[in-house]
Amino acid sequence: MRYLPNTPQNQRAMLETIGARGVEDLLVKIPAKARLSRPLALPPALAEGDLIRHLRGLAGKNADADTWTCFLGAGAYDHHVPSPINHLILRGEFFTAYTPYQPEASQGTLRTIYEYQTMIAELTGMDVANASIYDGASSLAEAVLMAHSINGRAEIALAGGLNPLYRRVVETYVDGPGLKLRDVPSPEGVVDLDAARRVVGAKTAALVVQSPNFYGCLEDVAAAAELAHAAGALLVAVSDPVNLGVLEAPGRQGADIVVGEGQGLGVPLGFGGPYLGVFAAKNEFVRRMPGRLVGATVDLDGNRGFALTLQTREQHIRRAKATSNICTNVALCALMATIYMATLGKAGLVRVGELSTAKAHYAAERLSAVPGVSLRFAQPFFKEFALRLPRPAERVAARLARQRILAGLPLKTFDRKLGDCLLVAVTETRTKDEIDTFADALATAVA
Amino acid sequence: MPYDNQRHYDRLIFELSSPGRMAFSLPEPDVPVEPALAAVPEQYRRREPAALPEVSELDVVRHYSRLSQLNYGVDTHFYPLGSCTMKYNPKINEDMARLGGFARLHPLAPAALSQGALALMHELAGMLAEIAGMDAVSLQPAAGAQGELTGVLMIRAYHEARGEQRTKVLIPDSAHGTNPASTALAGYEVIEVKSDAEGQVELGDLDRHLGPDVAAFMITVPNTLGNFEPRVMEIAEACHARGVQVYMDGANLNAILGLTRPGDLGFDVCHFNLHKTFTTPHGGGGPGAGPVGVKTHLEPFLPAPVIVRRDELYTLDWKRPQSIGKLQAFWGNFGMHVRAYTYIRTMGADGLRAVSENAVLNANYVMKRLEGHYDIAAPGPCMHECVLSARRQKKLGVTASDVAKRLLDLGFYAPSTYFPLIVEEALMIEPTETESKETLDAFCEAMIRIAKETETDPQAIHQAPVTTPVRRLDQTRAAREPNLRWRPTT
Amino acid sequence: MSNVPADLRYTREHEWAKQEGGRVRVGITAFAQEQLGDVVFVELPKVGARVRAHQTFGVVESVKAVSDLFAPVSGEVAEANVELGQTPEIVNQDPYGKGWMIVVTPADSTEWDQLLTAAQYEEFIAQGGH
Repeated sequence: MRYLPNTPQNQRAMLETIGARGVEDLLVKIPAKARLSRPLALPPALAEGDLIRHLRGLAGKNADADTWTCFLGAGAYDHHVPSPINHLILRGEFFTAYTPYQPEASQGTLRTIYEYQTMIAELTGMDVANASIYDGASSLAEAVLMAHSINGRAEIALAGGLNPLYRRVVETYVDGPGLKLRDVPSPEGVVDLDAARRVVGAKTAALVVQSPNFYGCLEDVAAAAELAHAAGALLVAVSDPVNLGVLEAPGRQGADIVVGEGQGLGVPLGFGGPYLGVFAAKNEFVRRMPGRLVGATVDLDGNRGFALTLQTREQHIRRAKATSNICTNVALCALMATIYMATLGKAGLVRVGELSTAKAHYAAERLSAVPGVSLRFAQPFFKEFALRLPRPAERVAARLARQRILAGLPLKTFDRKLGDCLLVAVTETRTKDEIDTFADALATAVA
Repeated sequence: MPYDNQRHYDRLIFELSSPGRMAFSLPEPDVPVEPALAAVPEQYRRREPAALPEVSELDVVRHYSRLSQLNYGVDTHFYPLGSCTMKYNPKINEDMARLGGFARLHPLAPAALSQGALALMHELAGMLAEIAGMDAVSLQPAAGAQGELTGVLMIRAYHEARGEQRTKVLIPDSAHGTNPASTALAGYEVIEVKSDAEGQVELGDLDRHLGPDVAAFMITVPNTLGNFEPRVMEIAEACHARGVQVYMDGANLNAILGLTRPGDLGFDVCHFNLHKTFTTPHGGGGPGAGPVGVKTHLEPFLPAPVIVRRDELYTLDWKRPQSIGKLQAFWGNFGMHVRAYTYIRTMGADGLRAVSENAVLNANYVMKRLEGHYDIAAPGPCMHECVLSARRQKKLGVTASDVAKRLLDLGFYAPSTYFPLIVEEALMIEPTETESKETLDAFCEAMIRIAKETETDPQAIHQAPVTTPVRRLDQTRAAREPNLRWRPTT
Repeated sequence: MSNVPADLRYTREHEWAKQEGGRVRVGITAFAQEQLGDVVFVELPKVGARVRAHQTFGVVESVKAVSDLFAPVSGEVAEANVELGQTPEIVNQDPYGKGWMIVVTPADSTEWDQLLTAAQYEEFIAQGGH
């Protein structure tokens, strides 16, 4: 079998060295009554060609963004992935290495993470970024726990525009530590600052604000930071790093911790994972940060070298008192993002943002011009917006699907009051023709 | 500044940057840009573009290609990290994960338009359940540590649903650090149970701690010394008799595929590490995937949504009132599910059993060849990994860390060092089944050589490594003066 | 060789305590800093903070370990050694002198007698120090 090199002859020689008659002799410690007396009930092994055929069959049953026109967003975006990324990450020295515990033999991984940390810190306007958390939601959950550990307060205020799926993950994580979540309403699509002032107080560890928020609306992060700080609380900003070519860095708007989903930075849509949890904070909080950190230092000869550092905060040393239980990061996704940011570069990331918002605004204009259709919220937006439709959004989306258009996310599952709304995202990869086709199809679908 | 044609490439992408260079390709706008930008309030807009690199595409390709050459990976080197299962990552897995229908599928595409993906996940969950002897599997946790958190939270929900207040979880002192960390995160008090001289759970100590305030006992099987705990079923029974749930850390599952199953050993819940047992690539430190398997009584508490099959249709079932919640925004690391699925369909039942048999054989062979030269942490036979102690060598001034560094010079990535904590100067070696006898012999010869050098020429060992891109690094300085990002030197 | 000054008192968690005209100066012992390795960071309480005997008042971090610091006596923190923020290595170089950590104004003078004497502490570490 091609992944098992040792032949019966090899095995015999090895058993002889060990002094065992067969592999069974080596398995004596497994209690006899627990030994499986039958083969595992699994489908028969497939030869490579057959396996490919089978998997192509499964893949063919999915409406992917190559063969359908994708206007879905809500935390995952169809941004263009430059061609070099895939080639570079497939280099075996990158993708078959593991955690850089022996730094001398892992300088490739360590240097790319250091570059990643630098670029994320720069984009978010923060002092330090870690080597990544699992995804945007778990990153936020870790940030909330970190805020609690910094100031000891037990309440977390969440702005109403927070991605509802993120909110669920935060709920799950704060259950053990017993923190209390308090929601700040966003009736007009952005957080009501007066309501926030009533919720954020002396018991609040952090105020969490997402911008652009789940509905695509831009939030006043600076105002939120001011009111959080006035109450002695931290400001946790949830941000999409791809937008930060054009949008202001949350660090310069007063954020203490910045988290978000880095999937748009060259990580495939991949039906939801693996993704990339971005995490950055101010220097004064660095020792409370979860996750891995790579630092620069020198070797015995005085040459520059890189190593994991401040590891004593992590689970393998601090154990029950660790800042988090996280062990792996998403190193390969962070590498994709690093190469993406290097490839797009200073000017390119600005262009991605400009094109995305340009296409989104054009789409909003054309779509809301369809009779009966309007923008749900009268707020500035970036690359995503909610449309109010004259018919249930799910049905409209189903009709558009017949033309291979993934029209957007019907919001009913997340908020029954928005049952007539569709969340539409537009990136730089959508063309004017695609948008025009969408608008024409929408007109028919709601007529 | 070193020359780039030296073996030791020492550049960062920022140092290659030159204003005006670009590597991207974006279309010209086909819609108006200025009015859109004007619609974004000025205070929300960036004043200065972020200082990202400005390089050409060749710069990007050459730089990251050179950086990759500074790494050891399984593709290039024997990589015997204990409990990490650094087995070969099949290339077919990568091809399948990249099929457009998988890689380019948005997670919020309606279920009716994602049937292929949902079918794969549903089938994978079923196969993992069969492999582990469990009744239901959730694929949502992103990594082993998240899987542990999920499992412990489910146990907590289970006790709460029965109206029982249990505040403690028992964990052996030999456990991986994520075990106590995850348990603390779930709000439990962690009580350490002692291991005996052979690294097995000290039953007396366990018994002393079992009581009505204990929620769970968490154990790795085989244990972190690579040994199968022969009394594991009695342990499970003793726990159940006191209403205590038993959790199996599945990091070492590679030892028992097709031979025994956590469910049959009495476990209520276990997690899998797809990036260990099931060949999804380690990626330089992740991403992983940590599905959890449960027995029926814990099924109501699984994370939401659950993938169900009704007639011929697969859907996401969100009606899970007792669910512990969510661990990731979406459904799990689907890219890893595709790879693990491809692997299991490649191997089949017989193949997986052969995996474990060969993994056990390889580890015992290495242990046997080295037992004259290093202390063995616990008497054999071992399972898929063995733990040595460099105790003898330490007396002559050579530590486990020194041994590891010297191995790098001899062309091998080092085994794990200083884990488990209960073994002095621990070296944990997991060869895996994908390595040939020749490779194992070469590794053993290198280890034996180092043992001899300890007596004849310890200096060579203390100087090691000398052939790697950098020599030993000043970790103290890295921690005292943290330099965690590049800044331009003006 | 053991470096256990006779004029100090000790805790089982390897802190030393020194009486200074009504106040108590606190640090970690030579044994402790040796076990830890190179100290990279020390987290100390603010002046004015209250500490309780046998409860943690801070954290000392080395490259390979983090240890809680336990107060030998209860009271209020009168001084905290800010030098350690810049040069944590003083803890390794001069644990009983410049490596001091806090000075406490004690609340309960009876606690002093419960501390280990130098002889008792030497015995303790000779047996492993656990």
